[in-house]
Amino acid sequence: MPTVKVYSTPTCPYCIRLKEYLKQHGVIFENIDVSLDQKGLQEMIDVSGQMGVPVVKIDSEIIVGFDQERIDGKLGL
Amino acid sequence: MLELVIIGGGPAGVTAAIYAARKRIDFVMVTQDIGGQTAWSADVENYTGYQFISGLELVKKFEEHLKQFDIKLRKNEDVVRIKKTALGFLTETKKSTFESRSVLIASGRRPRLLNVPGEETFKSRGVTYCATCDGPVFANKTVAVIGGGNSALDATLQLINIADKVYLINAAPKLSADAIMCQKALTSPKVEVINKAVVKEIYGKQFVEGIKLDVNGALRDLPLKGIFIEIGSAPNSDIIDFVDKNDSNEIVIDQSNRTSASGVFAAGDVTNVPEKQIVVAAGEGAKAILGIFKYLMTLS
Repeated sequence: MPTVKVYSTPTCPYCIRLKEYLKQHGVIFENIDVSLDQKGLQEMIDVSGQMGVPVVKIDSEIIVGFDQERIDGKLGL
Repeated sequence: MLELVIIGGGPAGVTAAIYAARKRIDFVMVTQDIGGQTAWSADVENYTGYQFISGLELVKKFEEHLKQFDIKLRKNEDVVRIKKTALGFLTETKKSTFESRSVLIASGRRPRLLNVPGEETFKSRGVTYCATCDGPVFANKTVAVIGGGNSALDATLQLINIADKVYLINAAPKLSADAIMCQKALTSPKVEVINKAVVKEIYGKQFVEGIKLDVNGALRDLPLKGIFIEIGSAPNSDIIDFVDKNDSNEIVIDQSNRTSASGVFAAGDVTNVPEKQIVVAAGEGAKAILGIFKYLMTLS
């Protein structure tokens, strides 16, 4: 199973949708709430080169936004 | 050939799809997502049947309702162009094309851009159009909200709880938002309102570092990290060039949702119907399908 990390805020609609989508498909992921976790926020900015949420890290691949097609492709959903 | 293509998945498009499915119209629904702008609404307190529901919860209800029908749904697809053909219309996305006898445009609206140097470069690098989404990223930072209407004040009030300082940059001589919101913002020690201020440039290196303003003729340079642009919205009507539009680029419709081109209908926030409300858009979607149903009858 690939390692999945989600950088999100509690209020952004696409973050909520993304997390629900992963849960629906039984994907286990680590959620980093960047509104509370300053170190996590900096990590998200460093790996994605931008500040918008959500960001998904699947193994070493970075996906900015809820890009369902790329997530599906990477996770085989 | 399909009987209909529905473009958009907001309240107008979703309601239209439900009505079209019940009328057994042969159609495809093409949309980037389900919910449209409704997903971005924090609290909805005026949608009939719900005294209170969040925008996201309401979208879930829309999705549940849609799933009751066997609908040909093409999600994650943006329509780029609608063309006229000999027998009807050709709807093009980046991935596919659909030929149909009629089209319903329910493509909604998008945030209006400032169109200043730096805006595009620093998009998602400090420039954002959604305080609800990206606000928390700017904890304890200095930020600016551009605008003076209700959406700008709404963003300002959200950011008071997150940021260290919020500049409210307003082009007009005074704020135009509801008095109660202005009062709340003006009494916060974190907020500084700058009226008669025109944004000239957004600058930085990898991320935003500041903004340059023309304040009543004088140049002002504010170092800051985040810029929230809240200057209203524009209709997603550029996908069609053969229907009448008003000065705001909204598609002009009659009381049966007909546009100036026979066979092309429109509903919701993309149209010249002045009330931009979820419940109104839903009703317009229903009306449009009843009109389209009659139109299709005249063809057969």
